Amino acid sequence: MNLTFSRVSLGFGDEPVLADIDLEVAAGEFVVLLGPSGCGKTTMLRLAGGALAPGRGIVRSAFARAAVVTQTPRLLKWMDALDNAAFGMKAAGVPRGERRDRARAILLRLGLADADLAKKPARLSGGMAQRVALARALAIEPDLILMDEPFAALEAGLRRRLQDLVRAETERLRAAALFVTHDVTEAVSVASRIVLLSRRPARIVADIANAPARDAAEAFEAAAALLRRPDAAAAINAGGGGEIDL
Amino acid sequence: MSAARRALWSVSGLFALLLAWGAGHAAYGPFVLPRPDEAFAALVGLVRSGAAGAAILATAGQALLGWAIGLAVGLAVAFPAGFVEPFRLAARPVSTLLIGMPPVAWIVLALIWFGPGGGADAFTVSVTVAPILFGAALQGLASRDPALDEMAAQFRAPRLMRLTDVIAPQLLAHLAPAAAAALGFSWKVCVMAEVIASGAGIGGQLALARAHLDLPGTFAWLLIIVALALASDAFLLWPLRRRTAVVA
Repeated sequence: MNLTFSRVSLGFGDEPVLADIDLEVAAGEFVVLLGPSGCGKTTMLRLAGGALAPGRGIVRSAFARAAVVTQTPRLLKWMDALDNAAFGMKAAGVPRGERRDRARAILLRLGLADADLAKKPARLSGGMAQRVALARALAIEPDLILMDEPFAALEAGLRRRLQDLVRAETERLRAAALFVTHDVTEAVSVASRIVLLSRRPARIVADIANAPARDAAEAFEAAAALLRRPDAAAAINAGGGGEIDL
Repeated sequence: MSAARRALWSVSGLFALLLAWGAGHAAYGPFVLPRPDEAFAALVGLVRSGAAGAAILATAGQALLGWAIGLAVGLAVAFPAGFVEPFRLAARPVSTLLIGMPPVAWIVLALIWFGPGGGADAFTVSVTVAPILFGAALQGLASRDPALDEMAAQFRAPRLMRLTDVIAPQLLAHLAPAAAAALGFSWKVCVMAEVIASGAGIGGQLALARAHLDLPGTFAWLLIIVALALASDAFLLWPLRRRTAVVA
C-alpha cells in the first residue's frame, strides 16, 4: 500500500509551485517534507489528501483512510474537547457511545486530564487544542496521516513531547505519515525519511533515510549534519524567498 | 463589580423611570399620565378578570406565527443565496427594498388584500421580520470559517452532518441575536397591526382603552406588551444563544 506522486507539476495562475515531483510513501514510513517556507510543501500535502488535483502528472493513493492535522487545530468552538475528538468517528458513522469512549481513551493517552474533556476550545491551551486535533485524526485509525506543521505554534518542550507522541501513535497504527515542516530539528526528530525540497517551484533535491533523534542533543547534531550536506545548502541558498529553521 | 451590585444598578434604572413617571403625573395630571400605582392596579384587575390572558394568547399567537413564518422564509431564501452567487446578487436588492418598507404600509396593504380578520397581523409581522432575518442568516453563512468546511470534507462528513455540526452553529451565532431582536419587534408590529387593522388581542384592547379615555388601562396594556417582549427573549432566545456560546 502506498501513496505515489508521478511527475507531478502544479502552478497557481502563471506561477509554477511544484515541478516534476516523483515520490512514493509506503505503509509504516514516516516521511518528512522539509523545505523553505512557501516552497510548496502544503500544496503537496493537499494533493496527497485529494483537496487539490495536479496540473500535470498523477497522484495516486492506495490508502483507505487519510487523516489531516494542520498548524491551526480547526476545532469546532461550540463543541467540547470530547465531541471534537469524536468528530471524525461521527462522520464515519460510529455510534455515539462507542465514539465517545474511544475519543476519551485517546485524549487521556495524549495527556489531557478528565476535567479537560468537557472544556470548549476557548478554554484549552494551544498545546491541548492541538492534542485534541491530533486525537480527532488518530481516532479514525487512519492508515495515512497528513500533517502540516502541526506543532509550529507550540513551545519547544511541548513540541518535542508531541513529536514523540505522534511517532508512537503512527507506529501503533502501522500508518504511513507525510509530515510537512521547515524546521530541520523537527524533521530529524520524527522522520524515517527526509525529502528535501528546493525553493519554489519545489523540486526534490534529496531523499535521505533518517533514524529519529532520541533527544534534543542528538536532534541538534543530526540537524547540523543535514545542513552541512551540499545538496541541502544548495536548496537553502538558491533563489529568494523563505527560510529553513534550525 | 459583584453580582448583587450589578443587579442593584440594573434595578436602579427602572426605579428612576418609575420616579420620572410619578413626577410626570404630578406635573401634568391624570389625563396625561396616570399614577403608577393606578396603572399597576388596573394591570392586576386585567389579569384577575382573565381579559389579559385572552388578549395575550391572541396577540402571542399572531406575533409568534408571523415571526416563525418570517424566520422560515428568511432562511429558505438565505440558504441558496449563501451558496449560489447569482441568487445572492438577485436576492439582496429585494431584501433591501423590503426592509425599507414601513410596517404600517404593509398593514394597509394587508387590510386591502385580506380584510380586517384575515390574518393581516401575522402577515405584517412576517413580511417585516423576514428580510431582517434573511440578512442576518446570509451574513452568518458568508462569514463562516472555510477552514472548518475543509476539515469536515477531509473527514468525509456527510452533508447533513456538515449542516448540523459545522454550518448551523456558525449561522446561529449571527442569527440568534437578530432573531431575538426580530421577536421583540414582532410584538410591537403585531400590536400596531391589531390597533389599526384587526381590533383583536392586546392592540384591540389598547384601542378600546384609549377610546374610553381609560389611561390606567392603557398603561396596564403597555406594561403587558413590554413584559411579553422581555419574557419571549428570556425564555425562547436566551437558551438558544447559550447553546451557541463558545465558552463552556
